[in-house]
Amino acid sequence: MNLTRHHGGIFIVLSFAAAMLLTIVPLPDGLRPLRPDWVTLTLIFWCLVLPYRISVGSGFVAGLLLDTLNGTLLGEHALSLSLIAYLCVRLHQRIRVYPMWQQVLMVMVFLTLHQLLTLWIDSVIGRPMPSPSYWLPPLVGGLLWPVIYQLLTSLRINFSIQ
Amino acid sequence: MTIDHRQHHLNSVRAALSVAVYPLQWLVNLPGSTGQWFRESLSTRRDLQEENAGLRTQQLVLNTQLQKLEALEAENMRLRALLDSSFQVGKRPMLIAELLSVDMDPYRHQIEINKGSLDRLYEGQPLLDSQGIMGQLIHVGPFSATAMLITDPSHAIPVQINRTGLRTIALGTGSIDRLDLPHIPTNADVRVGDLLVSSGLGGRFPPGYPVAEVVSVEQDPGNTFSTVEARPRANLDRSREVLLVWPPAITTPASAPATPSSPATADSDNKPGGDTAP
Repeated sequence: MNLTRHHGGIFIVLSFAAAMLLTIVPLPDGLRPLRPDWVTLTLIFWCLVLPYRISVGSGFVAGLLLDTLNGTLLGEHALSLSLIAYLCVRLHQRIRVYPMWQQVLMVMVFLTLHQLLTLWIDSVIGRPMPSPSYWLPPLVGGLLWPVIYQLLTSLRINFSIQ
Repeated sequence: MTIDHRQHHLNSVRAALSVAVYPLQWLVNLPGSTGQWFRESLSTRRDLQEENAGLRTQQLVLNTQLQKLEALEAENMRLRALLDSSFQVGKRPMLIAELLSVDMDPYRHQIEINKGSLDRLYEGQPLLDSQGIMGQLIHVGPFSATAMLITDPSHAIPVQINRTGLRTIALGTGSIDRLDLPHIPTNADVRVGDLLVSSGLGGRFPPGYPVAEVVSVEQDPGNTFSTVEARPRANLDRSREVLLVWPPAITTPASAPATPSSPATADSDNKPGGDTAP
């Protein structure tokens, strides 16, 4: 870890870029409310795997970019992603050894927290309450977690990102 | 920091960030735009001829209507000059922009367009399509801009009922085909099918452009206000090209002196009579 500390950073950036692309790719109307939080999922993965490289700062930057992409209040996603990054880094040793189904539950909790925080900020600035389908993305994201985990792990091993 | 943004100090930061994410948006837009390019360049000669003929007829029809409009406009100006009214019809500069096919937050009605401050767009600029008013710009970056549609739950537009001249506010509801008109008194003269045009109060939107059509009126004598719903005229979820409008070259605030600058109170006057009706 000492010699090859910073290795493959470009792939981390690329994975975030891919997640952002998936966030703004047009979907059919029926699927739009189901779109998971790709950026949050990617952030959670890297925070769990490389907590010494990806943590609150990266979450903040990713959140700012996400705010710009989504047209939301600047800092809204940044705040909640930093918080999630903090929690992930804080708990990474525990979550790493969980069985997959338990990891899925944890990820769902994180994603729900993200939705809750953005909802909270939105309601503070006076936006109306969204429809109940607002709470679907965390479920979808949690169910997709095993796939994402496998995908990003293989990426990490292939390119020996440390 | 969130509070800071409400005072619009962070606009420059957002503009810089929008440059950073523009490559992503461009990339996502790419399949759609190349698909369109292929469709255009691979269409047959016969298709193009047919389309050309169709457009020619349409232009003829539109030109005929335009002649009538010009005569009417001249007559209107003459009559207004007789009344010493300070109303101005100016030629407004326009620009056509294209939507970027990217998805935004599904709970906000926002769209991204492919023109930015390099094309002299500014914040608050009205956005139209061929049928009516679509919305206004809320963030402007150098290459792209974000617009809020009139159906966004936090959007309101001052309108006027074309038939009676009754002024009111149309609020967005969050569903793409509904606007709410909550400030119409129960005794006001509103009917299903009435056209709502922009009133120009507030100084943001140009006056006289169609906004929506009333689809339901519910007058409950027990309530002070009736429940009125309208359907936007513009193809909010279907247009690919949008029109950006600048204020006319002589920028006198034509509508501002008529009423104090609080359009929210403009709803309380009942029928101003049939004098403005055609």
